[in-house]
Amino acid sequence: MERVEFTQEMKKDYTILVPDMLPVHFSLLMNAFELHGYHMEVLKNDGANVVNAGLQYVHNDTCYPALLVIGQFIDALQSGRYDLHRVALMITQTGGGCRASNYIHLLRKALDKAGFGYIPVISLNPAGLEKNSGFSFTPSMLIEALYSVLYGDVLMLLKNQAEPYEIEAGSTMRLVNRWVDALTAQFKKNVALPVIRFKRNLCAIARDFEALPRRQEEKIKVGIVGEIYVKYSAMGNNHLEQFLLDQGCEVNVPGLMGFLAYCVEVRIDDIDLYGGSRKSRWLLNRAMDVVTHFEKVIARCIRENSRYQPAELFRTSKAHLNGLLGYGCKMGEGWLLPSEMVELIESGVNNIVCVQPFGCLPNHIVGKGPIHALRERYPLANIVPIDYDPSATRVNQENRLKLMLSVAKENLAEQRQAQ
Amino acid sequence: MRIGLDIGSTTIKAVVFDDQNDIVFRHYERHCARINELACSLLSQIDEQFPDTPFRLAISGSAGMGLAEDVGVEFLQEVYATRLALKKLAPGTDVAIELGGEDAKILFLTGAGGLEVRMNGSCAGGTGAFIDQMATLMDVPVEDLETLSRAHERTYAIASRCGVFAKSDIQPLLNQGARKEDIARSIFEAVAGQTITGLAQGRRIAGNVVYLGGPLTFFSQLRDSFDKALSIRGVCPDDSLFSVAIGAAEHAQEEVRLPALIEKIRHRSVRPERASCPPLFASPAEYDAFCARHAANSISTVSDPDYSGNVYIGIDAGSTTIKAVVVDEDLRILKSAYLPNKGNPIPAVCDFLISFYREYPKATVAGAASTGYGEALVKEAFRLDGGVVETIAHYLAAKQLQPDVDFIIDIGGQDIKCFRIRDGAIDDIFLNEACSSGCGSFIQTFASTWGLPVSEFAKKGLLAEHPVELGSRCTVFMNSSVKQAQKDGASLEDISAGLSISIVKNALYKVIRTANARELGKHIVVQGGTFLNDAVLRAFEREIGHDVVRPNIAGLMGAYGVAVWIRASGWGRSNILSADELQRFSQTSESTRCKGCENHCQLNIIKFDGGRRFISGNRCERMIRGRKTDLPNMYAEKRKMLRELPAGANRRGRIGIPMGLGFYELYPFWNELFTRLGFEVVQSPESSHALYASGQMTIPSDTACYPAKMLHGHIEWLLKQNVDAIFYPCMSYNVDEHKGDNHYNCPVVAYYPEVLRLNIPQLKNVKFICDYIGIHRPADFEKKFPKILDKYFPGIPAREVREAVRAAYAAYEKHMNAVHERGQAMLRQARAEGRPVIILSGRPYHIDPEINHGIDRLIGELGAVVVTEDAVSPLVEKFPTQVLNQWTYHSRLYAAAKYVAECGDPGVNLVQLVSFGCGVDAITTDETRRILHEGGRLYTQIKIDEITNLGTVRIRLRSLFAALEQEERAHGKS
Repeated sequence: MERVEFTQEMKKDYTILVPDMLPVHFSLLMNAFELHGYHMEVLKNDGANVVNAGLQYVHNDTCYPALLVIGQFIDALQSGRYDLHRVALMITQTGGGCRASNYIHLLRKALDKAGFGYIPVISLNPAGLEKNSGFSFTPSMLIEALYSVLYGDVLMLLKNQAEPYEIEAGSTMRLVNRWVDALTAQFKKNVALPVIRFKRNLCAIARDFEALPRRQEEKIKVGIVGEIYVKYSAMGNNHLEQFLLDQGCEVNVPGLMGFLAYCVEVRIDDIDLYGGSRKSRWLLNRAMDVVTHFEKVIARCIRENSRYQPAELFRTSKAHLNGLLGYGCKMGEGWLLPSEMVELIESGVNNIVCVQPFGCLPNHIVGKGPIHALRERYPLANIVPIDYDPSATRVNQENRLKLMLSVAKENLAEQRQAQ
Repeated sequence: MRIGLDIGSTTIKAVVFDDQNDIVFRHYERHCARINELACSLLSQIDEQFPDTPFRLAISGSAGMGLAEDVGVEFLQEVYATRLALKKLAPGTDVAIELGGEDAKILFLTGAGGLEVRMNGSCAGGTGAFIDQMATLMDVPVEDLETLSRAHERTYAIASRCGVFAKSDIQPLLNQGARKEDIARSIFEAVAGQTITGLAQGRRIAGNVVYLGGPLTFFSQLRDSFDKALSIRGVCPDDSLFSVAIGAAEHAQEEVRLPALIEKIRHRSVRPERASCPPLFASPAEYDAFCARHAANSISTVSDPDYSGNVYIGIDAGSTTIKAVVVDEDLRILKSAYLPNKGNPIPAVCDFLISFYREYPKATVAGAASTGYGEALVKEAFRLDGGVVETIAHYLAAKQLQPDVDFIIDIGGQDIKCFRIRDGAIDDIFLNEACSSGCGSFIQTFASTWGLPVSEFAKKGLLAEHPVELGSRCTVFMNSSVKQAQKDGASLEDISAGLSISIVKNALYKVIRTANARELGKHIVVQGGTFLNDAVLRAFEREIGHDVVRPNIAGLMGAYGVAVWIRASGWGRSNILSADELQRFSQTSESTRCKGCENHCQLNIIKFDGGRRFISGNRCERMIRGRKTDLPNMYAEKRKMLRELPAGANRRGRIGIPMGLGFYELYPFWNELFTRLGFEVVQSPESSHALYASGQMTIPSDTACYPAKMLHGHIEWLLKQNVDAIFYPCMSYNVDEHKGDNHYNCPVVAYYPEVLRLNIPQLKNVKFICDYIGIHRPADFEKKFPKILDKYFPGIPAREVREAVRAAYAAYEKHMNAVHERGQAMLRQARAEGRPVIILSGRPYHIDPEINHGIDRLIGELGAVVVTEDAVSPLVEKFPTQVLNQWTYHSRLYAAAKYVAECGDPGVNLVQLVSFGCGVDAITTDETRRILHEGGRLYTQIKIDEITNLGTVRIRLRSLFAALEQEERAHGKS
């Protein structure tokens, strides 16, 4: 099985398909890629067909995200909607020690089995694992991608805090979409990029969200942490966010930038722990400085223009972990996962759903491992781990969620009484 | 007045409180999925008893959620309801343990950590449904387990992680004739163990403990098992069955009028959005045509009482059924039987033989043999002439019907066997591992929940209009899928059809792992009792897209194949017990401890008349055959190499090392390092189930692999040794052997120390050295390690540590070279002597005998030399793989596969050990298979877990050896 390269030729008229994960972020990102001459499409197919295609072409003991992502690709290719000789697939590859780095190989095996072996697959990775002459991550794309993630995170953060309280149903989502369009238009004109413009945009976004008419009421706050795909993808987590919203909760989901920063940060920690190039360490630290700078800008813009609560700085929340898990723990979500739990609790969100694909290896360590210790540190922490896999049924999941919510309600009532 | 209605996975319960807060009505009943119907009749009963009363009502329970939503009644989560009830039933409770039909829950009400509620995750093993399943398996009414258990004398270790595994432990015990009394108690202990491991997760269960729910109310022996496991004395309050219903009633706020509500429930309709499959048969006519087509495939069965020639008897003592056939010289069937096993195959076989002798007085038995789980037992009991591995038996039988057969799939009670035939030899074997999804007993279990015999249950699905879509997964998950379907209002017919379809999907996509039905072959023979079920057969043909052959004796093929085999082996005259001897036949069993070696296995001795006896229950064959394995075994030698390293003198302190996971390889490194520095190294002992049990309270994630969970026990042991520190570092990276793209450890091996640190409370009281270290960079490590050590043992000169580190690297290299050289020598010697060699490939920690359950010895007993993967991997240069080759241990695996694929020696083969729950192996197994197949070699995989049943493993290995032999013979001919 030879790897099919994505060539310069293909770039012209091939459509690159991308699996769905974070709708807002991905539409910004795709729009940014389009500006560089790629034809992108985020897949939106969902449902039993996707799962079945996954079960059919991927080893069933593989983690659920691989099954869904690959199932989504194959289902799309089989749908007849695409010219199969004018289509390529794109998938991320982190290069870490967990199975996720192998998704791309599982995808190729699956494509081969399904008779699509000729379709090129592009690896999107920071480690230079595979190269394609027709696709390169240029510095300007990198910058645009970074901005897309930052904007996406802010829009998601504000949406999560506004939507449960909106007076006019759908008004928050409309605002989000308006900003996605506006930002894309700016990208096109290349004016979205300068930092000064970024600040101005953010302040405007914060003001717009502040201006949304909202109800004053107290709701149960629930955070979602866990394996990155099932955390974000509605298909992966059986529409968890919607379920919680329907149950009358405010949902908090940590942003994507945290994960990216974590990917940089663990390389610094690796060098500190085991030795390595001082120069790389210096460069990586400068990258983190950039991240921190942007985080501060965002927090200031939100604070100065609205009553919403911005995210804590990445390095501050890393420090809050305070020995709960070692910083060398870097496979899968690694120490980031408990650090997000700590951050949620510190910011007043005691109720947490920790989502994981059934049998996820790193999650034995970083998800279920620290829950006990977390409860000792924060007695009010109300954490429920939920497993996702093709036949983990909704009724079981919802039952467990409802238990978490019952306890949350009781805690909220007790808090009110105490006040 | 207030009503609490609790609709669980298997039962419906209701209580009514009057205004004085007294319970004036209670009801408990199994609902057999008829939720709407029973809810209506129950509420009508209440309505009649208390007419025109305004009620406040709340519903709880997992199957109640959907109902509550649909009819707009208040719903209360059941664990929460239990908590409310406890305030009333048993104030002052510290911990409540509640077992339900498919749920297990523990509520911590007091103590540090505050209120906490734990429910079982997606895994429903070890609950009421599990006890029901086990009772069915033992063929006793579930109530009898209590009385049986009281008379127990001993218990057996039964895997407590998952019902499916427990089942594969119990089945062989039953087959081997273990006492039902002992098994009953073992089941209860397994349930207690499962609940504690699954739910306690490091939190101590102590103080006032209350038992709730059906199983704990009905079985005092189950309560006793919990008491014993937890060293407590728990109580079971009055109305413990109704705790959830009482909690719901307590909480009920909304007022309802019963007649209106009953009407609403009655008219609750099936939700259209439920996922369903197309019907199996569109019309009865289609079904008839199907039946006619299959009736054509037959082996002739005759009744000829005057037959006076030679006959051959084949007996297939399967896990849940016994099949027996008698054939004449022309291989026509004279007599056959398909009998339930009922936990002991002996009486059924005995009856069969007696009636055969009566019906065919003139026939001469010229050969008799057995196969299946009970092969050895039946052979011994009735003095048969031989035994053959099941896979071969099935192939021989299939060939009689379809000489060109190129694929056989046999679905029996508890196992699926599939094999591909190429050039007249068995080319590839697929057996379901520890998982029994997709097997007959699976559908049988569901049938009995509805109180139907399996044949009738399956028939109901034939003409179902909307079979439910249940997916393809483990039986345990299937329980909850069915629960969901019930919640959505699916009919029994639709569920039955859905289950038949999912059996087929499991077989195709989980066991055979096919993506394309054409891969299977052109001439497929399907057999085994499960295919007698037309719904399953239809679903199978539908799924693979073409017709298959189902013999008229689909359920008897194993036994028929045995008869064919014994006839072909030209026995002459059989030694089988004669009609007279059968009259005197007797069987007694007793249990004792083996004194053959330090393992002291529990033995079960079955004595027959005439001094024949059958011994089961021990790991080795020593006592059974008086045979000792002297063949070289690299697993044993590696164990010895590690145990024999000197512990060092105690100048600076004593360091405890838990022998698990990565230490099985790096022990020589750390041992050298610490002994050089003047520490005495205390190695934890060999793993055992008892050691595992001692640590199981603190396991936070019970789906992690067994080798990892075992470490909790090792740490508990070390904590009692009064050591100065326990050393177990985190290691993202392993040694770089330049065989792959990277050299990671898997996440579990890399970071399990974190799990131990966070979940074993006593580790706070000792120095637990679990720093992140990187021995993959020797020069840096030399500088970093003195600083790490200084945190725990200050004052050791850095120079001394650096020297010790260098010595450690040298010792590690010496050890690895020794392993490699010894392995090579064994390989050369074995081949020179013409002995087959198995490269038993796993991870270093698979040499732990509790982890591999003695598979290495078993291979030795079957006549092959066992060599490890790291003995051959250094011989292979780095080569491209189709997966990202990023884990050190697995790079060796790929290299070993490459070695076997290219060595050109048919006597050297690879068997891969896979730990259950090892996610990494989902990737490695396919790749290893691919590498071997590229070299035209067989791939064999053995999944290992907490289970101690070697029966399936033996079948696999025997099949492998039989296939190799056949191949050799085929080569010899050409």
